[in-house]
Amino acid sequence: MPPEPGLSYAAAFAPALLDPTRRTPAIVTGPNGKAAGRRYDVYRNNVTLSLIDALAAVYPAVQRITGAEFFRAMARFHVRSNPPTSPLLFEYGRDFPEFIAAYEHAQDMPFLADVARIERAWLDCYHARDAVPLPADRLSAVTSDRLANLTFVPHPATRCLRSQYAAVTIFAANRDGAPLLRIDASTPEDALITRPEFDVTVRRLPPGGAVFADGLISGRPLGEAAASALAAAPEFDIAANIAGLIEAGAFISLACGDPS
Amino acid sequence: MSTVIQPTRPAAMPLRFATPIGGVAGTSFKPEHLPAILEAGPRRGFFEVHAENYMGAGGPPHRALEAIRRDHPLSLHGVCMSIGGPRPLDKAHLARFRGLVARYQPALVSEHLAWSTHETNFFNDLLPLPYTEATLACVCDHIDQVQEAIRRPLLLENPSTYVAFRESSMRETEFIRAIAERTGCGLLLDVNNVFISATNQGYSALDYLADLPLSHVQEIHLAGHAEQADDEGYLLLIDSHDGPVADAVWKLYEIVIRRRGAVPTLVEWDSKIPDWPVLQAEALAAQAILDRHQSTAMAGERHAA
Repeated sequence: MPPEPGLSYAAAFAPALLDPTRRTPAIVTGPNGKAAGRRYDVYRNNVTLSLIDALAAVYPAVQRITGAEFFRAMARFHVRSNPPTSPLLFEYGRDFPEFIAAYEHAQDMPFLADVARIERAWLDCYHARDAVPLPADRLSAVTSDRLANLTFVPHPATRCLRSQYAAVTIFAANRDGAPLLRIDASTPEDALITRPEFDVTVRRLPPGGAVFADGLISGRPLGEAAASALAAAPEFDIAANIAGLIEAGAFISLACGDPS
Repeated sequence: MSTVIQPTRPAAMPLRFATPIGGVAGTSFKPEHLPAILEAGPRRGFFEVHAENYMGAGGPPHRALEAIRRDHPLSLHGVCMSIGGPRPLDKAHLARFRGLVARYQPALVSEHLAWSTHETNFFNDLLPLPYTEATLACVCDHIDQVQEAIRRPLLLENPSTYVAFRESSMRETEFIRAIAERTGCGLLLDVNNVFISATNQGYSALDYLADLPLSHVQEIHLAGHAEQADDEGYLLLIDSHDGPVADAVWKLYEIVIRRRGAVPTLVEWDSKIPDWPVLQAEALAAQAILDRHQSTAMAGERHAA
């Protein structure tokens, strides 16, 4: 849709904001005919740096791992190729983990994209709708013949992520500012991210736990989700896992769906 | 048969301070200051937040804002409505803004004479516009839509600018005066922005203030700025909000208050944020100036009557 007469200024002003190869738009000037190059560059600078800052605010652990200089160089490429489409900056950077995974200079940190995925899920969890988690004693009120058909409604803040690397340990070590210890990055780890009240919590799930949690979060009955988890990990402990998920605040309600 | 067990949500707290906030100084609210603010307890003053930071569905941001709002008046300051842009307003964003106004019942609601979104891209900056009859009509239409949505007057903030547009046919003050007259909106006078734009555009800040309809001003902003150089090596001021208010801006502020009377005044600090006592001291400095001129406002009102 072409702009109405007299309203083409944004179309002329915007393209060079994130493209340093474009020249200063001809529609702007300094006072009394002075040059506008460095003046327009203030806007370029504000836009680029504030969006890099926005990514740094979403991905602080990634920045701590890579160092600020590496992070900001990587983020600058991403900001220029994928600027935000929403005015809500806490929604920005959903495609940054994919960008990191493909980023040429980050190939020796194969765990980095998964750490970023945890950080992105952490922020979604932080801003998710408030809800009161399922009280721990509700499950014990369910008779054993109805357990297999039990389904759960996930808390709006609940997220579950799987990684081939020690992403949870690396995330945790780099979010709390603690001194860094040597971590074996090659141990696969799955993450459960919840916010029962107001504090976001990231937990490591035991073997089979992510298959189980994903099943319940997607609404599958308890029996089915447990069978899938056992198939994935023979040592899977159903009682410990369901208690752990409820204690973490992963659900808000349960339903006893009778087969009849 | 299906048994659903779902707890209910607690009832919302009733809110105080639905009325205007008089000649009081306030500060930006920064979440890192929340513990210090709550520990000090309710005090004279108000807090301003950027609306977009509270447009998430739930979580800690709303808990912090509820805690602040329980004991203090609130100013809701929108940053991303793109009122100065040529495109239609983002209806979803306007609905979120209206929702915040309804939920938190702020004493003041404001937005910027600027734009930040074009096509699908959000640029996260307050970008400038030419001042012409065409842009004036577009801005007024956008303000009408916002005021209709929130069912109250909006305060429009004057921008800080670094460039001018060749096609502009009006002074900024003429443009803003026409907006206020056509839409009935109030003005948020950012004195730091006046000082920055006057320096950058080569006009007199005092002339600008003399030209502005001060009677429409219902809130004032103060903030710190930074110094750079333009293409010719002359001083170019940057609206950085990262330090104390400059002496020259304090002087302009006192001139405005002497003429306009005590208007709610906010000290903004958005980057390199200091400890709470430092920011609070800036608000106390503004409060001292407001208190010196509280009687001016009343005398002016009597005179007008």
